[in-house]
Amino acid sequence: MSRAPDDIELEGIELDLFVEAMRRRHGYDFGQYAPASLLRRVRQLAKRHGDGDGAISTLIHRVLHEPELLPQLLEGLSVPASDMFRDPSVFRALREQVLPQLATHPQITIWQAGCARGEEVYSLAILLEEAGLYERSQIFATDLSELMLEQAREGIYPLRAAQQWSRNYVAAGGSHSLADYCSARYGLLKLDRRLRRNVTFAQHNLVADEVFCEAQLVLCRNVLIYFSNPLQQRCLARFRDSLVRGGFLCLGLRERPGSSGAAADFTPVDANLRIYRRAAAAGPGP
Amino acid sequence: MKRPAAIVLGCSAGGPEALRAVLGGLDPRLPQAVLVCCHTGSETVDLLCELLARASRLPLIEAAEREPVRGGVVQVAPAGYHLLVERDLHFTLSADARVNLSRPSIDVLFASAAAAWRDALVGVVLSGANADGAEGMHELRRLGGCAIVQSPDSALARAMPQAAIDRAGADHCVPLDAIAPLLNQLCLP
Ligand SMILES: C[S@@+](CC[C@H](N)C(=O)[O-])C[C@H]1O[C@@H](n2cnc3c(N)ncnc32)[C@H](O)[C@@H]1O
Repeated sequence: MSRAPDDIELEGIELDLFVEAMRRRHGYDFGQYAPASLLRRVRQLAKRHGDGDGAISTLIHRVLHEPELLPQLLEGLSVPASDMFRDPSVFRALREQVLPQLATHPQITIWQAGCARGEEVYSLAILLEEAGLYERSQIFATDLSELMLEQAREGIYPLRAAQQWSRNYVAAGGSHSLADYCSARYGLLKLDRRLRRNVTFAQHNLVADEVFCEAQLVLCRNVLIYFSNPLQQRCLARFRDSLVRGGFLCLGLRERPGSSGAAADFTPVDANLRIYRRAAAAGPGP
Repeated sequence: MKRPAAIVLGCSAGGPEALRAVLGGLDPRLPQAVLVCCHTGSETVDLLCELLARASRLPLIEAAEREPVRGGVVQVAPAGYHLLVERDLHFTLSADARVNLSRPSIDVLFASAAAAWRDALVGVVLSGANADGAEGMHELRRLGGCAIVQSPDSALARAMPQAAIDRAGADHCVPLDAIAPLLNQLCLP
């Protein structure tokens, strides 16, 4: 054998073994995630759930032999940070440009993929309420992590976020006050349960699971940034297949879907805000 | 140490002024990639980029996900995301939680750059009001990179360079106006 691998190379091997263990033991494949951000999360997981020195290899034993740890592993691999009405300009555009189009449908189906703790789901629900569309809307909010979904169903957040979120709501063109949709108590902010009445929360893995609905709008922000190019392309194809013709896709503000592959089936509505439309059918014009 | 392949710069309060001084003094023939992480608190780095582009003698752009790292170009971390360098020298963004109350975080950029370039990396910590960058500088030195810290006395905000020195030590601790000449000397072929 040639020269011994150094720390960094060893850690690379450990990361590969961790991914292999998750795939073969639990059926979750992280092999197509962008390595740099995945490594950060797996390091954090190993610090929390591994042995003293925090080496990834000490986590692998638990991955293999303690199946009850799986929900925490998946939660640790998502560690999302989100906000209500994050990037207000995007929600303003949804309100002003996308909802009026959705209003032409008798039934509105929305798929929010990677909903994390639900901040964006409730933001969407509020937009729909204020546009008078909520009664005929159905939102499917999905995420990989069951523990995230539990928190999303609760709709309870630390109160310290409230100020920023209220400002975001106003900047997004909100016509009331965010306080009308929630109550504050014991340092917590609780979203009105009525906002959930047409939301279905469900576990769905973008890596492996099929399309399950026909949607007029797919919102998937800051999830594909964690994926390698081929996996990003597969997901875009899935979103396309889920969308009706002319349906809308909204991605995160710094995401770059490219222009080839499935991305070619979308045309920009507002490229800066990453809002796209599935192109109408090929063939004789409108 | 090897001739560096890349330079990473981190700063927060007082950072834009310090960056203007450094970028304005870099030799335009430098072949290295120059990556910048500056906490701004604003929603975009459009203004920062405009300000820095006016001072910089190298072309300057906002770093974008999935793009290859470019030599001879200054690439600024976007607001609201962590910027990471992959081993294959492409950029990845992450929306993970803030680190040291910051996103982008200097620690995150430096640690990933250190793993990608190891001893072919120079890290620079400039003026700033918190301790972000100290851990990243420690990792960078551990992997053989070269650490330059702006002397706290020459910084508008001294907490960041001081924290870097306390945590990681430094190969060079110099006043602001000595940083660009030092980088030129280390980096020009
Ligand atoms: C950064 S959060 C995005 C939150 C929100 N959309 C936003 O932009 O503020 C990313 C979310 O994607 C989820 N995720 C990661 N991999 C996934 C996968 N393979 N399938 C479904 N969701 C996934 C994570 O669990 C996490 O909740």
